[in-house]
Amino acid sequence: MSIETISPLFGRLSLDWIPYQEPILVGTFAAVAVGGFAVLVLMTYYGLWGSFWRDWVTSVDHKKIGIMYMVLGFIMMVRGFADALMMRAQQALAAGGAEGYLPQHHFDQVFTAHGVIMIFFVAMAFVTGIMNFVMPTQIGARDVAFPFLNNFSFWMTVAGALLVNISLFVGEFARVGWLAFPPLSGASFSTGPGMDYYLWSLQIAGVGTTLSGINLIATIVKMRAPGMKMMDMPVFTWTALATNVLIVAAFPVLTATLALLTLDRYFGMHFFTNDFGGNPMMYINLIWIWGHPEVYILIIPIFGVISEVVATFSGKPLFGYKTMVWATACIMVLSFIVWLHHFFTMGSGANVNTFFGITTMIIAVPTGVKIFNWLFTMYKGRVRLELPMYWTIGFLVTFTIGGMTGVLLAVPPVDFQLHNTLFLVAHFHNVIIGGVVFGVYAAVTYWWPKAFGFKLNDTWGKRSFWFWFVGFYFAFMPLYALGLMGVTRRINQYPDPAWQPYFIIAAFGAVLILLGILSTFIGFYVSVRDRKALACGGDPWNARTLEWATQSPPAPYNFPHDIQVRGRDEFWRMKQDGFVWSTAYQPIHMPKGTATGVYIAGFALVFGFAMVWYIWWLATLSFVAMVAIGIGHTFNYNRDYYIPAQDVAATEAKGAVT
Amino acid sequence: MLAKTHNGHGAAKDHGTMAQLMIGFGLAALLTIIPFVLIIAEVAIARTTLIGIIMGLGAVQIVVHLVYFLHVNRSTEQGWTLFASIFAVLILVIVLAGSLWVMRNMNENMMPMHDMDHMTSLQSQQG
Repeated sequence: MSIETISPLFGRLSLDWIPYQEPILVGTFAAVAVGGFAVLVLMTYYGLWGSFWRDWVTSVDHKKIGIMYMVLGFIMMVRGFADALMMRAQQALAAGGAEGYLPQHHFDQVFTAHGVIMIFFVAMAFVTGIMNFVMPTQIGARDVAFPFLNNFSFWMTVAGALLVNISLFVGEFARVGWLAFPPLSGASFSTGPGMDYYLWSLQIAGVGTTLSGINLIATIVKMRAPGMKMMDMPVFTWTALATNVLIVAAFPVLTATLALLTLDRYFGMHFFTNDFGGNPMMYINLIWIWGHPEVYILIIPIFGVISEVVATFSGKPLFGYKTMVWATACIMVLSFIVWLHHFFTMGSGANVNTFFGITTMIIAVPTGVKIFNWLFTMYKGRVRLELPMYWTIGFLVTFTIGGMTGVLLAVPPVDFQLHNTLFLVAHFHNVIIGGVVFGVYAAVTYWWPKAFGFKLNDTWGKRSFWFWFVGFYFAFMPLYALGLMGVTRRINQYPDPAWQPYFIIAAFGAVLILLGILSTFIGFYVSVRDRKALACGGDPWNARTLEWATQSPPAPYNFPHDIQVRGRDEFWRMKQDGFVWSTAYQPIHMPKGTATGVYIAGFALVFGFAMVWYIWWLATLSFVAMVAIGIGHTFNYNRDYYIPAQDVAATEAKGAVT
Repeated sequence: MLAKTHNGHGAAKDHGTMAQLMIGFGLAALLTIIPFVLIIAEVAIARTTLIGIIMGLGAVQIVVHLVYFLHVNRSTEQGWTLFASIFAVLILVIVLAGSLWVMRNMNENMMPMHDMDHMTSLQSQQG
């Protein structure tokens, strides 16, 4: 491997890199190919390509883009969860000298891919999708501030996701853990293309994330309905603002850090090497300066989701709106001064560890404020136990437990015992599944009727919830116990057969979660099939915020008129006042769809692939193409149109019937 | 494009007056000339102090650019530019000061090289 032949045409890509001798991968490839082919055939048969291209791919409508982010999230969740099942199966088998079925080099790729996919392409896609769909409608806007940029951001995220998936069948993925610490991820220890797949897919997706952050901040700051002051914004919009500020502040650190590692790998530089003055600890320091805000980027919008759901289903205004906003702001700033708690054990002294231990514990205070606000909102409310409320209560219980184990880990001496053990793995799954995933499900069940005009099937929704909820506890409580026994994370096999029962229980939990995921998809199918029976109007939950003032699904322009906002929970007040839309419609100014975003992202994907395989001519060509298309688009002045007043009238009249 | 329909600001208010631009230009020029003079004239100040002065003037220069050329003040965009700048500075300070503190602390705690060599040779002797 040390001396590679690099062909001028194909770089280092050769047939040896196609893993046709690995039965698992060949089987997966066959399944993906057959499934993909079936989709292509069906789409052609039903003649869906034109509308797919016009109404979705090139659409700049924030609602369509939001839904596409959710679809991406669910597809990638299946991929990431398949990795999880493989790991659970391997660890349930490989006890006391047994080797299991996954060789080390494959197992290492699986846990790296699982982490990368679940964070960057599942959780990030979900929260970005929810913010995209909900936030503009909550502030009474017609779209985001930069609609084309929004479409472009989405397709860059897809390009990153595709590059990760290509690594499954062409070459290999990184074997370094989801944050790719050097020196292991450096040129001397990760020689193959796997690590380069990691770098380029994250950099390409990162462009999308950062631009989307800027876009959504501009939207909240500049495009609120007339009269809506900052302190009138729904809490979800506040949390979206905090999240996107974090994205804009933190993601450049990731970009810069990965760029330095790329220079190390491609140009033999020494930022993070052991020798020639490099310092791998600097990478760990920098990546966690991004990494800690990142986990808050995932959870803060979920705090907003829970706030909306709790207020709606308790039939009360949210308890402690102002404290909620300030708690969010505190968490946002505090999330930047705790990063060292991820590497207490890596050589810092008592002063440093104490400082970061205490700041970490302090974060529990504003988070606790939120938990109590939600509880007090439910207290003496008329709580309706609909699906979103199931997920919310599941969230409250599970996330609180995860938060408490987090406070345990914040104590440096305890962390010295638990660092890199399965206790840590159990903790962060406790907050990411119990927090982010349950919150995303709450959001999906809550806003699905808004997005599609019908509710989700209740039975399958509840099945999904119970499988996920119970499955989570079966899957991760044993890992807490194992972690306390000192079992380290990322082990392929272990000598002590006494651990095996715990791993088998954990694998059983993973199977329950699998049933939960299946129930979700069956639920989607059943609901779409029975959509006539499940159809609902614009406001099925008797909600409080402006997104429910539109039709379900909302017309492309969202609102037929600008809304004059007078205070918080404006839609609730409108309902009290017996509000009806005026029928004196005006033409509405809207942005036009464009294919530029998908073209640039397509070339970005080619560029990433070429860089991974050292195909320099292709990299140059695709990079030039990206820049040329980008510049070319600035000469496109045909970007907007007016929806005529009679079309608005027709659309509104149609909505009034259902 | 869509944002414009909601917020029509006057151009003069957002882009500053000629007087402001000239004051900014004057200050920026002055802050550039001073460090050059200090070096060229070989003023008798200790080297570290000199570096400190130049860095300080550079920092002031940043503020001058922000205020006079990028119009960061409490009134433009309802104070959002000022807020954003303060937040950016806060994050920068946290990242830079924090990294320096953390990395220096680790460096101090690291086993000195000759001790490490000693340990490695001991280990290799024990097999």
